[in-house]
Amino acid sequence: MSSTVNIPPQFEVIDRPLDTQMTISFGPQHPSTHGVLRLEMVLDGEMIVRATPDIGYLHTGMEKLFEYKKWQQGIVITDRMDYLNPLGNNLCYVMAVEKLLGIEIPERAQTIRVLMCELQRIASHMVWLGTHALDIGAMTVFFYCFREREKILNLIEAASGGRMTPSYFRIGGLMMDLPAGFERRLKQFIAGFPGSVKEFHTLLSGNTIFQKRTQGVGYISAEDAIDWGLTGPVLRGSGIEIDVRRTNPYSSYETYDFDIPTEQGCDVWARYMVRMRELNESLKIVEQALARLRPGPIKADAPKVVLPDREAMKTHMDALIHHFLIVAEGFDVPAGEIYHPIEGSKGELGCYVKSDGGPKPARVHFRGPSFINLSALPQMAEGEMVADVVAIIGSLDIVLGEIDR
Amino acid sequence: MGLENIIAEALPEVLTTRLDSLINWARKSSLWPATFGLACCAIEMMNATSARNDLARFGSEVFRASPRQADVMIVSGRVSRKMAPVLRRIYDQMPEPKWVISMGACATSGGVFDNYAIVQGVDKIVPVDVYIPGCPPRPEMLIHAVMMLQDKVMKESVRDRKDVNVEEAREAVPPGTLPGSGISATNEAAAQQQSRPYTIASRHERRRSS
Amino acid sequence: MSKEPESQQGPEQAATTESSTPTPSPLVAALQHENAVWVADVIEAFGELTVIVPREHIVNACRFLKTATGWEFNMLADICGVDRGPEEEPRFEVNYHLFSTTRHHRVRLKVVLNETDAHVESVTGVWRTANWHERETFDMFGVIFDGHPDLRRILLPDDWEGHALRKDFPLRGYEPYSLT
Repeated sequence: MSSTVNIPPQFEVIDRPLDTQMTISFGPQHPSTHGVLRLEMVLDGEMIVRATPDIGYLHTGMEKLFEYKKWQQGIVITDRMDYLNPLGNNLCYVMAVEKLLGIEIPERAQTIRVLMCELQRIASHMVWLGTHALDIGAMTVFFYCFREREKILNLIEAASGGRMTPSYFRIGGLMMDLPAGFERRLKQFIAGFPGSVKEFHTLLSGNTIFQKRTQGVGYISAEDAIDWGLTGPVLRGSGIEIDVRRTNPYSSYETYDFDIPTEQGCDVWARYMVRMRELNESLKIVEQALARLRPGPIKADAPKVVLPDREAMKTHMDALIHHFLIVAEGFDVPAGEIYHPIEGSKGELGCYVKSDGGPKPARVHFRGPSFINLSALPQMAEGEMVADVVAIIGSLDIVLGEIDR
Repeated sequence: MGLENIIAEALPEVLTTRLDSLINWARKSSLWPATFGLACCAIEMMNATSARNDLARFGSEVFRASPRQADVMIVSGRVSRKMAPVLRRIYDQMPEPKWVISMGACATSGGVFDNYAIVQGVDKIVPVDVYIPGCPPRPEMLIHAVMMLQDKVMKESVRDRKDVNVEEAREAVPPGTLPGSGISATNEAAAQQQSRPYTIASRHERRRSS
Repeated sequence: MSKEPESQQGPEQAATTESSTPTPSPLVAALQHENAVWVADVIEAFGELTVIVPREHIVNACRFLKTATGWEFNMLADICGVDRGPEEEPRFEVNYHLFSTTRHHRVRLKVVLNETDAHVESVTGVWRTANWHERETFDMFGVIFDGHPDLRRILLPDDWEGHALRKDFPLRGYEPYSLT
């Protein structure tokens, strides 16, 4: 950002360091920290000398809790981890367990999973966009974003019964099939959403204030981004085309046609543009998934793992027995360990699952993308103005539930 | 009734009412919440202010970032043990009259997280006026809770809500001085030490050594 | 999912090394070719390759894998600790999940540690992202990462007692929370 205005010498910004440094505590209760993040900032005037994140204010002990719950009960816990992308968490955990079990998922279930995950990605990006803009000072975008998000939440609620904590994906398939009328409502959403994206662009992308607040702020080079382990839109904003959907495809993502948006700017603006373009790509995948929805089973053929249909339970003795055993005692998962990565809305969401052959996990660990992305904040914030920290945090799209777990 | 009627006849421009009713009516019509988003419920709390649900209809949409300007604290989400002293301090910083809404199962009872990290109910830290079930509750439920709180406010007396001068973290910093690097940090540590007796250093050391 | 490195990309010839593992993958061969003591054991299961590395060699093995032509594991995706239980010996595992942004393959390195001597060399010098991962593992399991620049608790309060994810730590903690 080079200034073209000639500043009279008496108004020139003093850029020599002051001899006093000030430490301020930013958060944990602060509207722009997206939860309960705390930053310990050492300031030199208004310039940040050092910003040290202090996390753990939302530590929930989830990984411990997993070890005390049966395999299928763990799905409920994953909902509450990254609560903006619960279906992604469901998918990550469920697929890791399915890998250990060696279960093949029917095509319709896979398609619905892809469809719902992409809808969830859009919803997650809506919250990011609304709050990011709100932090920087544009309040209107927030209302527009939540209007669109509400439409997606209605769809998710129609399918799963829950707005934010759906637990829709189960080990071996889905909880239930899509309800009647879902496709019609989804088509309505698909028809209206591109217009909304245009609205967001009108509100923000051409806004000079927004550009000035974001361009050149929070720089992180591609080499540093890889070294810090950044993933998702943050990495792609630094010009690296890495997307787990492409590099390690799952749920037959390799059969979908979509682009991976990248930007070369390495700054907050680049990350903003990557996510904005991802909205359209996700919508493309949703359209494709909708087009290939064919009637078929939504649960794998594994009676010892997958709950039987209600109808079968009433008519078949063995289905009733299986149902009782799964609910009362759970099912055993072969011993072994799996690290399963998926592309969450914030980056590579990895689930490490270790089983010792019993009905409960021996260890479940989540690689939260927000956790890693936040760890690079000190480097991005160093030398920036204190007001820009808010923009940088917004551009990382952190969710404290996932960071602290 | 007699006195009221006489006054109304003699002075038609004067309206008589109970002071409690008047003040409570004013209070309930603009309950300003403190932005205290913790977890999943915070997103639904944000949703309650958005276009579809519009909490502004009930005079409660002005979320204040500073607890000094807030009337009601909506504890939206799970409270971890690390967060609990912070939450208490924010509550102490709010001026009277103040109310607390415990939003969601986690804030109310710990929810599904019955473990070492989560405080099993925020009412162990602050007095709660309205509990909302749900995980997370829908925005409509939050609006309902706000309206229940408004009913409760109407039943209160002004004398119930007096600002007691609790000693706060503020008093250690003389007015006019900059919060230096050491001061705020030590205060924080001291406050945490004070409010968390289960971390007494001596016992700590004992357990570690044994 | 191609978890395993593709065989034609290995620079070293797998056939030339004598390996004790039944199906030596090119990566294992490359590691053994570089330094035979780096590979203590190899597990191939569920399409994933796990190399158990003696703890004193983990940094060198990581440094080699980060830059070795043909492998280029330039990103550390994850570090996570595992507690096998207090009765097991060695008790702790530390898993390093490596990923290559150029070749898109993954591998898991594993270090096993005894309870009495749960020390392992820090890999923060190889990847800076290891910083928080190692702090988390220390916080949750009490594994000490030697040479870590800032090894303190990250998720739990600084004055917490015990390490929460150890199997002998009770789920509900030692005592219920109270403010007074």
